[in-house]
Amino acid sequence: MNRLLEWIDDRFPLTKLWNEHLAKYYAPKNFNFWYFFGSLALVVLINQFVTGIWLTMSYKPDAAKAFESVEYIMRDTSWGWLIRYLHSTGASAFFIVIYLHMFRGLMYGSYKQPRELLWMTGMFIYLCLMAEAFLGYLLPWGQMSYWGAQVIISLFGAIPYIGDTLTLWIRGDYVVSDVTLNRFFSFHVIAVPIALLALVMVHVIALHEVGSNNPDGVEIKKHKDKNGIPLDGIPFHPYYTVKDIVGVIVFLIFFLAIVFFWPEMNGYFLEHNNFIPANPSVTPEHIAPVWYFTPFYAILRAIPDKLFGVIAMGAAVLILFLLPWLDRNPVKSIRYRGTLYKWILGIFIVSFLALGWLGMQPPTPAYTMFSRIFTVIYFAFFLLMPIYSKLDKTKPVPDRVTYK
Amino acid sequence: MKKLIAICFLLVPVIVSATGAGEHLMHVKIDLKDKRSLQHGAKLFVNYCLSCHSASYMRFNRVAKDLGIPRDVMKKNMLFVTDKLGNTMKVAMRKKDAKKWLGVAPPDLSVITRSRGPDWVYSFLNSFYLDEKRPTGVNNLVFKDTAMPHVLWELQGWQRPVYSEHHEGEESRKTINELELVYPGKMNEEDFQAATRDLVNFLTYVGEPAKLVRYKTGVWVILFLIVFLIPAYLLKKEYWKDVR
Amino acid sequence: MSDSGNSLVSEDEVDKKRRRFLIATTAGVGTVGAIGAAVPFVSYFQPSERAKAVGAPIEIDISKLEPGQRITAVWRGKPVWVVRRTEETLKNLEAMADLLRDPESKVAEQQPSYAQNLYRSIKPEYLVLIGICTHLGCSPTYLPPDAPHTLGPEWKGGFFCPCHGSKFDLAGRVFKGVPAPKNLVVPPHKYLSDTLILIGEDGGAA
Repeated sequence: MNRLLEWIDDRFPLTKLWNEHLAKYYAPKNFNFWYFFGSLALVVLINQFVTGIWLTMSYKPDAAKAFESVEYIMRDTSWGWLIRYLHSTGASAFFIVIYLHMFRGLMYGSYKQPRELLWMTGMFIYLCLMAEAFLGYLLPWGQMSYWGAQVIISLFGAIPYIGDTLTLWIRGDYVVSDVTLNRFFSFHVIAVPIALLALVMVHVIALHEVGSNNPDGVEIKKHKDKNGIPLDGIPFHPYYTVKDIVGVIVFLIFFLAIVFFWPEMNGYFLEHNNFIPANPSVTPEHIAPVWYFTPFYAILRAIPDKLFGVIAMGAAVLILFLLPWLDRNPVKSIRYRGTLYKWILGIFIVSFLALGWLGMQPPTPAYTMFSRIFTVIYFAFFLLMPIYSKLDKTKPVPDRVTYK
Repeated sequence: MKKLIAICFLLVPVIVSATGAGEHLMHVKIDLKDKRSLQHGAKLFVNYCLSCHSASYMRFNRVAKDLGIPRDVMKKNMLFVTDKLGNTMKVAMRKKDAKKWLGVAPPDLSVITRSRGPDWVYSFLNSFYLDEKRPTGVNNLVFKDTAMPHVLWELQGWQRPVYSEHHEGEESRKTINELELVYPGKMNEEDFQAATRDLVNFLTYVGEPAKLVRYKTGVWVILFLIVFLIPAYLLKKEYWKDVR
Repeated sequence: MSDSGNSLVSEDEVDKKRRRFLIATTAGVGTVGAIGAAVPFVSYFQPSERAKAVGAPIEIDISKLEPGQRITAVWRGKPVWVVRRTEETLKNLEAMADLLRDPESKVAEQQPSYAQNLYRSIKPEYLVLIGICTHLGCSPTYLPPDAPHTLGPEWKGGFFCPCHGSKFDLAGRVFKGVPAPKNLVVPPHKYLSDTLILIGEDGGAA
């Protein structure tokens, strides 16, 4: 066994990779609950890949057959219903995990120097994920698939001069059609997954280069023993592998409970109208995107101008890229930041959730007004950050991490 | 920190409760384990619905197997359009003809309970009323101006709307208060509701035939994970004894 | 704080036995879970209900089949032949043995046991075969006894494969000296009535 390993190591850096990324990757010992979501995102990614490959075996990217082929998977194939629900629930789970993962970054300042690139690669993953979810949502070819795609593609029509040409180019037809479905399928199962995989690797490499942040926001690399090992670090394997196994099992209990008992999630994960085959001549009474897009959808609707609405929606996502440079506070973790930031972050989260809820509602005047208020708060959080993050009184940051 | 999480979760119940539409629907009790109800529903479906509506993703042999209907009984009593048990529940009528005769092609009912919900379908079946303005002679409370005739009239009889007047300032508006039976059918009200309940129960089964298997498998999967959690947690604790 | 000052206690304090036991248990239960999770994904590859419905047993009505005639049906995507043989043909079959590779149908998988006889059929008059050559999968041509041929004086009618020249007699038995190695396959079948044959199901009679 050892000789085999030596033989491999002479030709491929197996032991080296194992050590660098697991056995001798030193992570802070004070990770809390919020640090489960990175590994959970990887679990969900693998779930999406495997179930997606299996679904592709029976799915037909053809406007005349797509809806039927999904029901074929649900009924005629052996266990197809489970594989389909794992995939559809997995999409929502992916966003839940990623949003919590990002929130963790916001709380503990994980985007700050020296982790700016780590944050940005994470943002690229998030963008890919949104694209992947949007492309995939067209595939069941239900009413919501169809009209959702119609609305989102039309957003590009807001761009001056080239808008109409661009939407035509994206669809490849005068309406969302078989052609659109086929190209979305291609992107959903090949192009975006490859990009996602590459970005996840880049994200992990960047993380292991700078080292993990932690709930105290203290750099553990400042204090090393004579062997160069951080005093507050413990090897990722076995300590965090055994811990993450527990995290994965608990996650699976929740995730699979939804898969087996509430896969539609009352219309939030699988929308009722999507059980009606796509019909280009009848728009459903109320179109709302799936829940993970609704905060941005609410921002779009809050702005009474087509072009500026689209710009605001795009800006709401892209502004997150600038976070490392908007935050001027030297303290990373919320534990040692002032009350001001705690309140502001709390209000921001409430606004984000409220926008998410409003994005699902029909646009009444009252709701539109609330959407506007929360949109202003959403952007104020970022745009005023250079000011309030400087004003905030901070507590002294300890030299070493706190544990127990 | 804790406060922050608390604030975030305050909004969750608001979001969860914000579902359901305004119409007043009758409630139907769905029980996918009630095989007698499902069998009766299947019979009604084949006799009254299947001549116009298909359930083209559902196979006869799957119905026979899941509902415990013997294959030869199924073949004799339920197969009108096709002679193969492995076939799906298609209609003989072509879509084009249907559109010509009825104005719209009757929708496929395979997943109707998943798009409309069982309560809606049940209310729909129970709230046809006489309306001479309509070409079919009937209208419907939950689906206004539906193109569908009252197929079950033989069983239910005919209902007439009872209006009530509201005065809002100068205007007076007539709204339908309730429906009253004017010509009785073969069944009394209670039996008809039971029959439509069986039909909707069957359609709910058709919407997702694997549902009961899903629940059953789910219980075992979750139980397994809870058992798995025990050694995994002890292992974690054992290793983390090292950390100080 | 210990000597090295880092976050881990020294290895002597570790209960190695307990640790090994817990690793084994977790790995064991985890393996069970992994196998369980693999079941749906492996099972998914089996023929679907649609494939099974298409491949379901078929009925062939032979009431209009005249002696010497053949009808063709499709079962599981393959041609199935029913040939009604004449008295003369049945008599000829007895004298063919020297020309054939497996005259007594000894290769068991080529026919159900109830067709392992001289006529390779349930009722001597009716021959039921899958019309796929055992050589490389072509479908042989039916040549009734009276059809013109260039296959020599011993030819009493049968099936001739145009792809590579394999010859079979009117019981689907392969001739010597041709590329096909085995007799044509008799599918599982049974008589639902005197004039109705069910192909693909024999009620476990085999």
